[in-house]
Amino acid sequence: MMEKLLYIALFSPLIGSLFAGIFATKPKLLITGVVTSALIGISMIASLMLLGYVDGVTTVNVKLFDWISAGSFDVGFGFVVDQVSVIMMVTVTVVSTAVHVYSIGYMEKDESFNRFFSYLSAFVFSMLILVMSDNFLGLFIGWEGVGLCSWMLIGFWYHKESASWAANEAFIMNRIADLGMLLGIFLIYWQTGSLKYSEVFGAVGSLAPATISLIAIFLFIGAMGKSAQFPLHTWLADAMEGPTPVSALIHAATMVTAGVYLLVRANPIYSFVPEVGAYIAALGAFVAIFAATMALVNNDLKRIIAYSTLSQLGYMFVAAGLGAYWIALFHLMTHAFFKSLLFLGAGNVMHAMEDELNIKKMGGLYESMKVTAILMVIASVALAGIYPFAGFFSKDKILEVAFNEGAYLIWFALLIGAALTAFYSFRLIMLVFFGEKNYEKYKIIPHEAHTYVLMALAPLGALAVVAGFFESGFEHFVTTLLPTYSFDIASFTAGLLIVGTLLVALSGIGFAIYIYRVKGGFPPSIKDRPCYKLLINQYYIPDIYKKYITDPFASFSFRAWKSIDQAIVDKSVDTIAMTLRNIGQKANKMQTGNLSIMLRWMVVGLVVLMILALIYRP
Amino acid sequence: MIGFTHYLIVAGILFSIGLVGILKRKNLLMLFFSTEILLNATNIGFVAASKYYGDLTGQLAAFFIIAVAASEVAVGLGLLVLWYKRTGSINLDSLQIMRG
Repeated sequence: MMEKLLYIALFSPLIGSLFAGIFATKPKLLITGVVTSALIGISMIASLMLLGYVDGVTTVNVKLFDWISAGSFDVGFGFVVDQVSVIMMVTVTVVSTAVHVYSIGYMEKDESFNRFFSYLSAFVFSMLILVMSDNFLGLFIGWEGVGLCSWMLIGFWYHKESASWAANEAFIMNRIADLGMLLGIFLIYWQTGSLKYSEVFGAVGSLAPATISLIAIFLFIGAMGKSAQFPLHTWLADAMEGPTPVSALIHAATMVTAGVYLLVRANPIYSFVPEVGAYIAALGAFVAIFAATMALVNNDLKRIIAYSTLSQLGYMFVAAGLGAYWIALFHLMTHAFFKSLLFLGAGNVMHAMEDELNIKKMGGLYESMKVTAILMVIASVALAGIYPFAGFFSKDKILEVAFNEGAYLIWFALLIGAALTAFYSFRLIMLVFFGEKNYEKYKIIPHEAHTYVLMALAPLGALAVVAGFFESGFEHFVTTLLPTYSFDIASFTAGLLIVGTLLVALSGIGFAIYIYRVKGGFPPSIKDRPCYKLLINQYYIPDIYKKYITDPFASFSFRAWKSIDQAIVDKSVDTIAMTLRNIGQKANKMQTGNLSIMLRWMVVGLVVLMILALIYRP
Repeated sequence: MIGFTHYLIVAGILFSIGLVGILKRKNLLMLFFSTEILLNATNIGFVAASKYYGDLTGQLAAFFIIAVAASEVAVGLGLLVLWYKRTGSINLDSLQIMRG
């Protein structure tokens, strides 16, 4: 029975994808959107039933079939539904269902409507393979599957130069990281002789510490690519070229958190090497503050949210790196809800503004789109971490963990990050929904989205408000599989930390409201400040990559093409072909069509053969 | 005493005559005659070698060749007659439709 539920949860997105794929080149058919949404909904219901079924002792393990069986190498196509994967399944399917229904409205005027739903459902299927696989190879297949779907969806409007460029950038960046991941998987197989989670985690304790570190580092490199951690972070902001539902589903809620999932899943490996964990936490804290600063000055609606995602992923890595795996997973879940809500709200704003993304051209939209405004305020408050919204519980716990571990520098960085988060979230809200109606200058008449689109957002809005209260139940549920994390700090200190963080976040919000409500924004002279220039140019990192990596590589490739490929390889092949062709053209003259001449040539051949037979006789 | 070598010499001479006929003659009918000479030259060689080595396989091959030559001539002459009716000539140089 439960196995059937597992198969339903896993394969109904695939069926939806194939169904929509049949009509990929046809004009818009509403039915593809409805069918795929319904199938994802079925998958969500199955996941929720599995969530109710899985408890402390029961998990669902199935083996679909033998996959690779060569010599001692034996991998089955198996799936596991345990406390971690069921949480991921529920998160993924809940967000996907909302995004699918939302997309019916969002993509209604797009000519590739059917193709979009085919890709979107294929993504959900790959993501479910990723989280449900019971071995590293299956995880890798899902990992590559989501990468492929991400590429297809970022470049969905492939006729746009920038979109296909961004898609390729994302794909290539991930490829670099996936090499690390693949090396990690090879190393795991080489050292433990298995790829199944249960067997690997059982055997990993007996390995040399250096080997465990190496495995942990390689796997983390893979996670860095997928989760866009520094220095492989540039693709995430450029990935905003894709349709907004894609940004909400893939680049906020699910795919980019796959790296965190990998760390949480592989926690027995990381628990042996706390020094790697410390490095991960340090990098996470760095990214948390680094991305938040870039979000401060950006004027692109979606990019601000993308940087905020990057920053929140940093928070998750801090928690995972410091060994608080359940907190990382908890933040992953709450973040998925409120960040996808924020993105989908941004999609409504984009539609209302006729695809305008510059928040400086908006303002005062609250009057024309109240529901979207309220939902986005809820999401922003949750993101800023204000009680009692979801982000408060998860983000605050991460700060507590950092403090508890004595990593005060990380804690301080995260605290600054929390203030910045609150500020940029409300800068966005203020510039988009309140203040002067700048859009009137561009003769845009904004309109609210369809009712069913808003209805699709409502569950996410509700979850963004209440998800935090599941905390103790969540902890109890996942720590049957994940290690528990105990706090040593006194409850008074903890309370002080909570209040302090809350005050910092509130002051960030207050500052944003004060600046944009009372003072009407920063003076224009701020654009000449060096720090503003540094931030608006993303610390010049894209330029540095272009100047020192892509440009030299392109010129190297150009030279290799000219001097190796064309001058040596092509030339030798061409020479052989040309020689044969010339000989053929000369020999062609023998074929005069005159039988008498042909017979003479035949005799010549005969004589030559006889002479050869005479010379080379045995 | 006439021995194996003599037979081979006769076969060789016949073969050369046939070869020269193939090379020099432009008449299609003469070409058939030359081909027959060539085939019979090899037949002599086969039968002589068969007798010399005491192996019947050579004679078998000779019979085989005779049978093939007979059918070849039957078909070939049929085609030749047809060609003559069409063009009024059996000159080889008029047969040039297979230019490469």
